[in-house]
Amino acid sequence: MSLSSRHLLGLQGVPREDIQLILDTAQTFKEVLQRPIPKVPTLRGKTVVNLFFEPSTRTRISFELAEKRLSADTVNFTASSSSVLKGETLRDTARNIEAMKVDIVVIRHSAAGAPHFLSRHVRANVINAGDGRHEHPTQALLDMMTLREKFGTLEGLRVAIVGDIANSRVARSNLYGLRTMGAEVALCGPRTLIPAEAELWGVPIFYDVDQAIAWADVLNVLRIQRERQARGYFPSLREYHMRWGITRKRLEKAGKPIVIMHPGPINRGIELDSDLADSEFSVILDQVTNGVAVRMAVLYLLSGETSVD
Amino acid sequence: MGTETMRAKVKALLIDEKGLDRTITRLAHEILERNKGTQDLVFVGIRTRGAPLAQRIVDKIREIEGVAVPLGTLDITLYRDDFRRRLKQPKVQRTDIPFSIDDKNVILVDDVLYTGRTTRAALDALMDFGRPARIQLAVLVDRGHRELPIRADFVGKNIPTSIGEEVQVHLKEVDGEDCVLLVEAPEEGR
Repeated sequence: MSLSSRHLLGLQGVPREDIQLILDTAQTFKEVLQRPIPKVPTLRGKTVVNLFFEPSTRTRISFELAEKRLSADTVNFTASSSSVLKGETLRDTARNIEAMKVDIVVIRHSAAGAPHFLSRHVRANVINAGDGRHEHPTQALLDMMTLREKFGTLEGLRVAIVGDIANSRVARSNLYGLRTMGAEVALCGPRTLIPAEAELWGVPIFYDVDQAIAWADVLNVLRIQRERQARGYFPSLREYHMRWGITRKRLEKAGKPIVIMHPGPINRGIELDSDLADSEFSVILDQVTNGVAVRMAVLYLLSGETSVD
Repeated sequence: MGTETMRAKVKALLIDEKGLDRTITRLAHEILERNKGTQDLVFVGIRTRGAPLAQRIVDKIREIEGVAVPLGTLDITLYRDDFRRRLKQPKVQRTDIPFSIDDKNVILVDDVLYTGRTTRAALDALMDFGRPARIQLAVLVDRGHRELPIRADFVGKNIPTSIGEEVQVHLKEVDGEDCVLLVEAPEEGR
């Protein structure tokens, strides 16, 4: 059993069998994480470098834990401490990684396509941990794993992605992955945050959050990226909360069970009511737990082919 | 290690259906005798065929002693030592040990004991679940050719083999029939 690609750059075009295999494998790794000693020797002797050109806390920690649970050796590069500040190009960084005989590279970068570029210049397996506004495949995989656990299958499931679609790589990866697995996806948010290309994706688009709630089994609530708020996509955070925020009142009005996801970190009281985040509706902490298992699965499945070139 | 059930040239039928049942009965009695009953006794079967074998021994013990001893299943994929050599990743399957093995007498069950590498991996895996008082190894067939200093405590049948041969254990739960065959090993498998 193995994946059809030696890199995980995105979920666009990834076949159903691959996603299935990753999710199945992740499920077994979740059991490993519950053992008294939650660590296996599988990737002993392999070296993984985490290249984070953009700040990240949970994704980086999640990857690092996954690597350590598999007994790989890990090295971290972060933008603030690395040679990037000294003006090194990505290509030179890649060459240096190559020279250090690294087996797997996990990369987050603000430029879409950076992992793809890297994958063409190094022999190591490359895993995209988020590139610009493009994709964040492991986040979508952990979302799918969480939903599959909750509902048993993804087939026919209705997932509405709510919020800043235009700037979200999580939205894109989820869209590709969920549709491949037979789920229905809808987008919801202010017009200014729905990209023009969204109409070409052929999915329902709601500009009214109550309509999205009425349609959906699951709401994947995206973080409002306050750092981008200066551009004035909407008048104020308060107004955003009033029109697009997910509140208990709104869910109760819909009068049906609904599952709330959030990729984190949450702006409590803006895109999501604080008490909802901790409520029976929420699977947010399951997402975090599953993140480690999914990343272990991806590391494990990709690493099998590195020994033969 | 008995996992390939491809069409290979069968050289001999080593154990038939009835023989298999008798062998399992004897193994169950031996295990009970040497452990003086079922006190602190737990079973862990190694996937794939060690798992149903362990189940049968446990069933047999229930018939004999009227006691249901705990039974778990171990997948050793993540502990294999040939990881860096293989092209494709084997599918990881579930490990399911729903009890503590601390201070227990663990009977590790596998179908064929050959190089000893599977047992080594299983021992490492078990140690990650706790600190058993003792681990004993029960196998249906010991075919020799050890590459590690490992021996079985309970052996269904000792079968001297050559490297070019393979012992295939077929179980109803997995293969639809009960028997142990000696076959010509497929060329690329060596």
